[in-house]
Amino acid sequence: MSNTEYYRRDRKWHPAPIVPNYKSTVLRNPQRPLLSLPQSAVDMASPVFGQAKLDPLDHDLILNYGTGAEAVGERIVVHGRVLDQNARPVPGALIEIWQANAGGRYRHVRDGYLAAIDPNFGGCGRVLTDAEGKYAFRTIKPGPYPFRNNGSDWRPAHIHISIFGAAFAQRLITQFYFEGDPLIAKCPIVNTIADAAAIDMLVAKLDLENQGPYDHLTYRFDIVLRGRRSTFFENRPEGN
Amino acid sequence: MTIEPLNETPSQTAGPYVHIGTLPSVAGLNVRTQEKLDVAAPANAAGERIFIEGTVRDGAGSLVVDAVLELWQADSKGKLPGFWGRAATDFKTGLYRFETVKPGKVAGAPDAPFVTLLLFARGLNIHLHTRMYFADEKDANAADPTLKAVGDPALAATLIGARSTESGKTVYRFDIVLQGDGETVFFDI
Repeated sequence: MSNTEYYRRDRKWHPAPIVPNYKSTVLRNPQRPLLSLPQSAVDMASPVFGQAKLDPLDHDLILNYGTGAEAVGERIVVHGRVLDQNARPVPGALIEIWQANAGGRYRHVRDGYLAAIDPNFGGCGRVLTDAEGKYAFRTIKPGPYPFRNNGSDWRPAHIHISIFGAAFAQRLITQFYFEGDPLIAKCPIVNTIADAAAIDMLVAKLDLENQGPYDHLTYRFDIVLRGRRSTFFENRPEGN
Repeated sequence: MTIEPLNETPSQTAGPYVHIGTLPSVAGLNVRTQEKLDVAAPANAAGERIFIEGTVRDGAGSLVVDAVLELWQADSKGKLPGFWGRAATDFKTGLYRFETVKPGKVAGAPDAPFVTLLLFARGLNIHLHTRMYFADEKDANAADPTLKAVGDPALAATLIGARSTESGKTVYRFDIVLQGDGETVFFDI
C-alpha cells in the first residue's frame, strides 16, 4: 500500500496544539509527541454518505429549521470546490456546517450569550459535493461573539465546517471566516495558525459576480483535503 | 517531473458547540432525531455485539464534557468499508458510549483487531487520533506492529480496552487521557 498512501500532514502548516493565548489548548493537548504510523487499510477507507440521508433543505439554513418562516440576518450563499492536494475534485464528500445566528448566539443548550435566539434558525446544514467537487449552501451571515479568554476575546464571524472525503485519513474539521473582517487578525483561535498564507486559506472571498441581486451576497470558499500520493505510473506527464 | 501539491486546508477547533452540526439532538435541536449515530453497526450486522464506553480527561484530571468522538472500524470479518459512528461525552457524567460489533482482523494487514477513534473538542486545534485494541486479543496484540512501535508496555496499555460483562452486555472500557499521567498514545498518520 505504500505507493498509494496519502501525503503526510504538514503539522507546521496546521495550528500548533498548545498555544497559551488560546487558553483551552493548554490542558487538553498531549505532551508527548504524536506517534507516526504508516497508514493502514482502515485509514484509506471511509464511510460513504449518500444523497438518501439528506433532506432537501439540509443545504438551506435560512429555511431548514422547519418553522416555515425565514431566519433573520444578512443573507449569503457560500460555494466552492473540494479538491485534494493534487487538485483533483473530491466528489461525494459530505460537508456538515454549523454556526451562530446573526446575533452571534448558537442554538445550543450550553450557549447562554445575551443575543436573542432566532426562532427560525437552527444553525446546522449538510451538503454533498457533486461530481466536480462543487458544493453550495445558503444561510445568514453569523454574528461575531465574545468568549471567555483573556477576559473577553471576540471571535470573528465564522462557520464551522466538517468534511468527509474518500479516506478517513482526509477527515478534517475547520472554520472559515469572511473577507475583510477586522476581528480575524485579533482572534486567538485563528492565530494558533502561524503562517499568514495558511490563515488566508480560511478566509472566504466575497464573490460579487455571483451575488443574488437584491437578495444575497455570495462568498467563495475552496477546501483542499490531503492528496493521495501518485503511483509510479501515474507520474507520466500525460497521466497526471 | 516536479510535483507541487496544494496546501491542505488548515484545521481549526470544532469548538464547544460541535454538536449542532454533528449530533444536533445533543445540542437540544429537534432535527434529524431519526439518526442514532452512536450505534455504529446496524442491528443485523454479523459478529459479537459490544459496547465501548469511557471518559475523556484533561491535564488537570477534569472530565472533558464537550467532546465528540468518531469511531471507524472494519466489520466482524475484517472487511472495509466497515462501521462508522459518532458519540458525545455526556455533559454531566462525561461518559461516551458506542454500540457496535467487535471488528475482525483485516485480511492482509498485520494489525490486531482495533477501532479507530478521532476526538474533537474545544481547545483541540486539530483532532486527535487514537486506536482501541481489545484486551481479550492477547496473541494478536502481542504481534501488532503499532503496539510494538509504542514500545513501553505502560504506554501500550493506554490503547487497550478492558473487557467486562454488565447486565449481560459486553462492554469495553476505554478512558482517554489527553495530557499528563496515563496520557493516551495519539497518532500522526
